Amino acid sequence: MSIKTLTIDGRMVTGAAGESIFDVAWNNGIRIPRLCHVGGISDVGACRLCLVEIEGWPKLAAACLTPVEEGMVVRTQTERLRRHRKLIVELLLAERNHVCSVCVQNGHCELQDLAAELGVDHVRVYYRFPRLGVDMSHERFGLDHNRCILCTRCVRVCDEVEGAHTWDVAGRGVNCMIVADMGEPWGNSETCTSCGKCVQVCPTGALFEKGKTVGEMYKDRRFLKYIVTAREKRQWIR
Amino acid sequence: MDPVNRKIRLATVWLGGCSGCHMSFLDMDERLLELAQRVELLASPFTDYKDFPEVDITLVEGAVANEEHLEQIRLIRRRTRILVAFGDCAVTGNVTALRNVFPVEEVLARAFQETATPVVGVPRGNPAVPRLLERARPIHEVVQVDYFLQGCPPSGPEIYEFLMALIEGRQPEIARKKFG
Amino acid sequence: MTVEELYEMRDRERERLARLRERIYCCSAAGCLSCGSESVRRALAAEIEARGLKGQVEVCGSGCMGLCSRGPLVRTQSDGAIYAQLTPDEALWLLSEDPAERRRLEAKRLDLNDPFFTRQLKIVLANSGYIDPESVHDYVAMGGYQALAKVLTEMTPEEVIEEIKASGLRGRGGAGYPTGLKWELVRRQPGDIKYVICNADEGDPGAFMDRSVLEGDPHRVLEGMAIAAYAVGAQQGYIYVRGEYGLAIQRLQLAIRQAERERLLGNRIFETTFGFRVDLRIGAGAFVCGEETALIASIEGKRGTPRQRPPYPPERGLWGKPTLINNVETFANVPPIIMNGARWFASIGTETSKGTKVFALAGAVRNTGLVEVPMGTPLRTILFEIGGGVPEGRQFKAAQTGGPSGGCIPAELLDVPVDYESLAAIGSIMGSGGLIVLDDSSSMVDVARFFMEFCMDESCGKCIPCRAGTVQMHEILCRFSRREATRQDLELLEELCVLLKETSLCGLGQTAPNPVMSTLRYFRHEYEARLTDREGGAQ
Repeated sequence: MSIKTLTIDGRMVTGAAGESIFDVAWNNGIRIPRLCHVGGISDVGACRLCLVEIEGWPKLAAACLTPVEEGMVVRTQTERLRRHRKLIVELLLAERNHVCSVCVQNGHCELQDLAAELGVDHVRVYYRFPRLGVDMSHERFGLDHNRCILCTRCVRVCDEVEGAHTWDVAGRGVNCMIVADMGEPWGNSETCTSCGKCVQVCPTGALFEKGKTVGEMYKDRRFLKYIVTAREKRQWIR
Repeated sequence: MDPVNRKIRLATVWLGGCSGCHMSFLDMDERLLELAQRVELLASPFTDYKDFPEVDITLVEGAVANEEHLEQIRLIRRRTRILVAFGDCAVTGNVTALRNVFPVEEVLARAFQETATPVVGVPRGNPAVPRLLERARPIHEVVQVDYFLQGCPPSGPEIYEFLMALIEGRQPEIARKKFG
Repeated sequence: MTVEELYEMRDRERERLARLRERIYCCSAAGCLSCGSESVRRALAAEIEARGLKGQVEVCGSGCMGLCSRGPLVRTQSDGAIYAQLTPDEALWLLSEDPAERRRLEAKRLDLNDPFFTRQLKIVLANSGYIDPESVHDYVAMGGYQALAKVLTEMTPEEVIEEIKASGLRGRGGAGYPTGLKWELVRRQPGDIKYVICNADEGDPGAFMDRSVLEGDPHRVLEGMAIAAYAVGAQQGYIYVRGEYGLAIQRLQLAIRQAERERLLGNRIFETTFGFRVDLRIGAGAFVCGEETALIASIEGKRGTPRQRPPYPPERGLWGKPTLINNVETFANVPPIIMNGARWFASIGTETSKGTKVFALAGAVRNTGLVEVPMGTPLRTILFEIGGGVPEGRQFKAAQTGGPSGGCIPAELLDVPVDYESLAAIGSIMGSGGLIVLDDSSSMVDVARFFMEFCMDESCGKCIPCRAGTVQMHEILCRFSRREATRQDLELLEELCVLLKETSLCGLGQTAPNPVMSTLRYFRHEYEARLTDREGGAQ
């Protein structure tokens, strides 16, 4: 395995060839914001929050999809990046009906935390207030489209880890929706195994367990590491 | 502002909100006394005023939900030096704006007919009942806002810290761990 | 088919055509079809039959003749004349041997010395109007498939790539990447399985360059693809054509069948070891599928959404294999480059942009239609000499190039030479060739809003800046249109422009702000004039 040495935010760090800038940064305690990335499933580079500046590169690069290279000079926290990230979070908050005060995930929500971290104190763009549904047809879980940010973590974990591919995205642009099977109520899905992995990886309160009320929903992703370690290293360790 | 010569003139108003932010204001408890040394509360839901006064600071709770709010907030803006969006309804629309996904007529029917006992019908043409806006809006969509104090509601200590900073001419720094 | 047989076929067809007293071409491209060219053609065919003129006079369809606004257009082979807006009855006069009959149509005869014709240079559209797009014989008679024969029998793949590199040909889809370099990248990739894809998902509003090439000269594209496949080492090609182009699809299907029947596609082409098959893939109406990674996903049967580049398709494309993607017009340039040489091609155009470019002229201009000009032609020449300028009573205001990814060019910059670098320098792009003229009755804010609405509708929704940003930009532009926008809105609009440009995942989002940015650059006063004040001001 070849080792690459690079600089991230002025610090000399090393990573294995093929590792992403994102992983190497996090392994070294440099936290790059993200909403679509979650360790253990593939990356899509959709949220654009992990964009970083790389010296000599004409464009910003998604840290989750860019492998480290020898001698790279990466900056993850410039003023330009901070402004972009802040506006992206504002766009998300205005896109659907994210009402933190009445959300099951209030207080443990990745979107909410990120907004605070980036200093979002109000949303400058216009709230859209789309009329969206809540799918409560599953016996154990609920899907609230109002809180969905279309990160597609649920789609990927269901496809890649559970192997069911119950979820996918329908529609386009701002009308995109997460759908079960061919757009049926979740409870009618013939492919869903009710494993709940999608619920646990969801960064917001869009996917939740029934019976939880405001602020009561916590997500637990340790299973992902467990499965990935088992797959890659054949070690069944918690 | 000269803090030596005169007290800060403060106003608080309650637009489309639940008054929880004002309850939280009262949660400053004994520090209210300290605050009273520094400010003069010229208008608030706790005081009786006919005409909104010229003030240094106004805390605005609630979203702009009806025509009266719209008129009020514009007047308040003109008579306020530092306008603060006070709490989540003012900052984001929050619970007040939950109704925005439905047409106004549906909202009114739901409130005054479907779920009302006894059913008196949707009030119409009554000058005492202001007309609902098509959408409840955060106040910065309507007027220029100088500061945003988030929270549903912001806590008493947060309100205190925030106000003291403004009174002392400092930049308020409320480190929030979450949005809203 | 052997190379000799190709030449025989060519000569046979040429002799047959030479024996005709007259061949009448009725434009059968979409524009003329929609104004009745088919009834003209049917009337002529029926009359030829009735008068027993078969063997002397022939009527056939043809590709676009350019002046779409004056259709249906009819061209007579014997004297090269083009007649505009012919009715079926009038067209019958063309059948007479008496020249007096034909002179009755003098008023409908186009002046071929008009700058519209003389200022153009046709390479890509050379055959359009001169061959029947539904006949492989016609294409062969014009020298078709000789370039393919030449590369297969006389050139190595490396030599083909060198030739294309030396020609200076750049991608005609809009970005202008050097074609030869792209081919070389694909060639150099390891692996036996490679693909060639023709991007025919032309989607810019008002653009119909590729459509006209496919409808008017489909074999040229097949030949270009086959040459590319030979050069890069591919055996399979796909043409991804948008579903709205029914006629182009039909003609392509026919052309592929004909080429296969004549063994110009398939195994052992010209008795060499080279084999190449082409299949069509029909788009389902998503603009974003013109983006190469989304297009590949769509061919693979997946949701048509783009993915991060790199890796670029030459490295990892269709089904993970090295893939060459070029635009229709790019492929159409290949056979003439092979036949006439790189030096000939490189002598046309500017230092950095070689050859010609096809533009679809639309909007407030007298001659709307399809034009092909050498690169570097001043925009003024295209709009005012070829296009005939803005119709009476109105003033020129701006020219929009590059569709929803492009920009608006004001009157003071009309002398800009049309090439990749010059257009980029003034905040627009060459794009695929849409060219819309706006007169003084147009509001530039509304123009920007129109294109933003387009981008908003066409955003795939994968990345946040594009999905949610285009909606916000559209909302703000609507506020400008309603005169409700504030200075804060203007600032926000500009911040969103930068955000989308710098952070969007693919070209759609990255270039979506261009119409806004260029109108802000040249027509900022129109935005300012619509501002209103938000109550109160910050302290």
